[in-house]
Amino acid sequence: MTATTNDTHHDGPHDEEHHEHHIPTGIKRWLYTTNHKDIGTLYLWFAFIMFLTGGAMAMVIRAELFQPGLQIVEPNFFNQMTTVHGLIMVFGAVMPAFTGLANWLIPMMIGAPDMALPRMNNWSFWILPFAFAILLSSLFMEGGGPAFGWTFYAPLSTTYSNDGTALFVFAVHIMGASSIMGAINVIVTIWNMRAPGMTWMKMPLFVWTWLITAFLLIAVMPVLAGAVTMVLTDKFFGTSFFDAAGGGDPVMFQHIFWFFGHPEVYIMILPAFGIISQIIPTFARKRLFGYASMVYATASIALLSFIVWAHHMFTTGMPVAAELFFMFATMLISVPTGVKVFNWVATMWRGSMTFEVPMLFALAFIVLFTIGGLSGLMLAITPVDFQYHDTYFVVAHFHYVLVTGAIFSIMAAVYYWLPKWTGKMFDIGLAKWHFWCSLISVNVLFFPMHFVGLAGMPRRIPDYALQFADFNKWISIGGFAFGLSQLIFLALLIKACKKKGEPVSDQVWEGAEGLEWEIPSPAPYHTFETPPEVK
Amino acid sequence: MKRILPKAGVLLSLLMTTPVFAEATDNIDQYQLNMTKGVTDISAEVYDMHMLMFIICIVIGAGVFIAMFISMYFHRKSRGAKPANFHESVKVEIAWTVIPFIILIAMAVPAMKLLIDMEDASEPGVTVLVTGSQWKWHYKYMDNDVEYYSKMATQAEQISGKFEKGENYLLEVDRPLVIPTGEKVRFLITSDDVIHAWWVPDFAVKQDANPGFINDAWALVNDPGIYRGQCAELCGKDHGFMPIVVIAKEPTDYKNWITEQEDIQLKAKEEEQRLLAMNMTMAEAMEQGEKIYNANCAACHMPNGEGLQGVFPALKGSQIAIADQPKHISIVLNGVSGTAMQAYAKQLTMSELAAVITYERNAWGNNTGDLVQAKDINAALNGQ
Repeated sequence: MTATTNDTHHDGPHDEEHHEHHIPTGIKRWLYTTNHKDIGTLYLWFAFIMFLTGGAMAMVIRAELFQPGLQIVEPNFFNQMTTVHGLIMVFGAVMPAFTGLANWLIPMMIGAPDMALPRMNNWSFWILPFAFAILLSSLFMEGGGPAFGWTFYAPLSTTYSNDGTALFVFAVHIMGASSIMGAINVIVTIWNMRAPGMTWMKMPLFVWTWLITAFLLIAVMPVLAGAVTMVLTDKFFGTSFFDAAGGGDPVMFQHIFWFFGHPEVYIMILPAFGIISQIIPTFARKRLFGYASMVYATASIALLSFIVWAHHMFTTGMPVAAELFFMFATMLISVPTGVKVFNWVATMWRGSMTFEVPMLFALAFIVLFTIGGLSGLMLAITPVDFQYHDTYFVVAHFHYVLVTGAIFSIMAAVYYWLPKWTGKMFDIGLAKWHFWCSLISVNVLFFPMHFVGLAGMPRRIPDYALQFADFNKWISIGGFAFGLSQLIFLALLIKACKKKGEPVSDQVWEGAEGLEWEIPSPAPYHTFETPPEVK
Repeated sequence: MKRILPKAGVLLSLLMTTPVFAEATDNIDQYQLNMTKGVTDISAEVYDMHMLMFIICIVIGAGVFIAMFISMYFHRKSRGAKPANFHESVKVEIAWTVIPFIILIAMAVPAMKLLIDMEDASEPGVTVLVTGSQWKWHYKYMDNDVEYYSKMATQAEQISGKFEKGENYLLEVDRPLVIPTGEKVRFLITSDDVIHAWWVPDFAVKQDANPGFINDAWALVNDPGIYRGQCAELCGKDHGFMPIVVIAKEPTDYKNWITEQEDIQLKAKEEEQRLLAMNMTMAEAMEQGEKIYNANCAACHMPNGEGLQGVFPALKGSQIAIADQPKHISIVLNGVSGTAMQAYAKQLTMSELAAVITYERNAWGNNTGDLVQAKDINAALNGQ
């Protein structure tokens, strides 16, 4: 996927030296690499493998839910599937994919030669496979893997869980350490390594959104580490953080978890906003309508994300005053989010649009993410949330913002920058098949979930009453189709890595602007060893 | 599979002809699209609030998408569109910040009023303590001497597909909760083990059952009827098999019912004392024990007594079930703290406990020949 060692580009006097002496070959190249492009590639492939793994689990879930009754798996294994599907998609697919994009793009966008802390960069990637090996291995052990939902509410995850919980806890610790190191690297790089003239308010929005995301990560990943540690000591060392019999409180777990969990939601969507803000102006051939307001909106969303966590907990029995506070604060988030959507539409307005594959994904993102955002606004209304909470309506909501939001944005980003990475245009025919199959199937998959949720189907159940049968059949068919559509993406990526296709120009896309489009395609192994001058 | 095609037609025609907010009138409408209006004033208000939010969201969404599709159509390069160069307009930016803010306030005010009404559980006519445990509900009437467990009544054979599924598949219980109409009923909700959530959509009541804490909720049901719900918080293996059924009766019918129940439960207690003197035969104990085992124990220890490796221990061949009888009795009566094993002393009668313990000590090749009698249980209970 990346430029090979024998690349013919020799832009600077130092290039040759690096090429000849510093790059081991074969597996060692990838194990020892400190190059941001190599590490970006590793992150992206890892994320894609995890996406397929978590997706396979979703297929098990949808196969069991295809019709009423228990046919394929036992309820205990079903719960392990929903739990590990969630954990893998959040920590294994979406977050590493964004970190991979950050590694590839941030140095190229700000005119830096590499990430600021390259050895830590290597380490933060290479501990991830171990974290997921531990998590996945627990599925094959006595008692099975975690079965308490990715939110691991106590006391289901403490007193009432199996001993595999220890593996879950350590896996999450390693994922957290990796994320924190990745975030530190992003912040230090952006803070210190911008090219001369690249002032704060000239930074591309992808860089801005990632900078803010990195601060969110540093703020909340330690909270998650604290939560899992308390689960560990409650389960194995006799503490009572979440056990009322020992003076603890199970609801406190939820407060701690969601104090991490809500900013985590924005960790998974802010970089997506950045990606879309790069792609829309390119294919509309028009400047982003309000750059400054996009930066401020991102910052406001990040700040507000710290004061809305309890909207996940309206049914836990909070006092009315707290419910009102969290309802108002949550509703407030729709203002800066609206600013973003309006900005993208205003950017398209009276532009000169073309619809290349990255643009198709970006447009689908805007429409479908907006649907997810609006159902989020409905969920914020406490009295109505009593009916929505823990039903498929919620499942529909967060899959609209995470699958057609975060994951569609990642796909848009891959299609947008892939030609820059490989120097060759990807197979456009396959890419369009991938887009249209994904777009149709994802809506067959997630849209009817709104209906079954409103009709009263709870989430996380392996079997359901007969009135939900027909919609569930459609949902499962959509699920299988969406899963199969991703194999098209796999085929396309393998083809792209083999460097098949038409060579592309340095700018690649007609309307693309920014430092990464000024370097050669494919991007040489080392870029900007002499910082560029930004006007 | 042959059902799919005609159903596809139904789905398409439904999506095309009926608005999304079409009301569901039939309880088992296969294509119910929307939230129920329910049977209380509050649930009707919740429904109205939901529809208000829904329509506002549709209008906002439609506005955004129409603007987007207009520019996608008219401002295409292939139609020769030349890009304009406008950007940054303070006026526009203020407008699209302030207008949504005003819409939000318009949404927040009625929502706040409704929420405050919903949370006011004061001055109830009847109070019921609802306790969740893995995987059943317990109802205790605070003003009468009536309490009982309520478990799912759907047969395992329906779930595994051996029998045809009934109309109320997974939504039927052995003993429903009974409440009066026209009176404010307060539910005090708690749990014996993990967090559950008591949800009856027709009442717009969903409240978490937290172990060690008590939440409250209330409903004033207008019409007599049978209302069904489910546990809404993941509570372990059989979370999907923990339904709730509430029967609302006219106040006089309810009065008759509750006094009758008081009577029955009092007599049952007397009967239990009387039965202490009687001995069951092995055949009787095994027959009764198997039924009780399948209803109460098989969810975790499995019908074959082998448990779930690493999660729930096996009884088949276990040292406690084939050797240590006093410990066996003590575990069944008192549970094991720090595990999912519940205390059954208050859940089953003494003769039922004797039968199930006898069954566990003699089934699946645990051929101890031990026959436990109700008086042994009584002795164990009094001995502590």
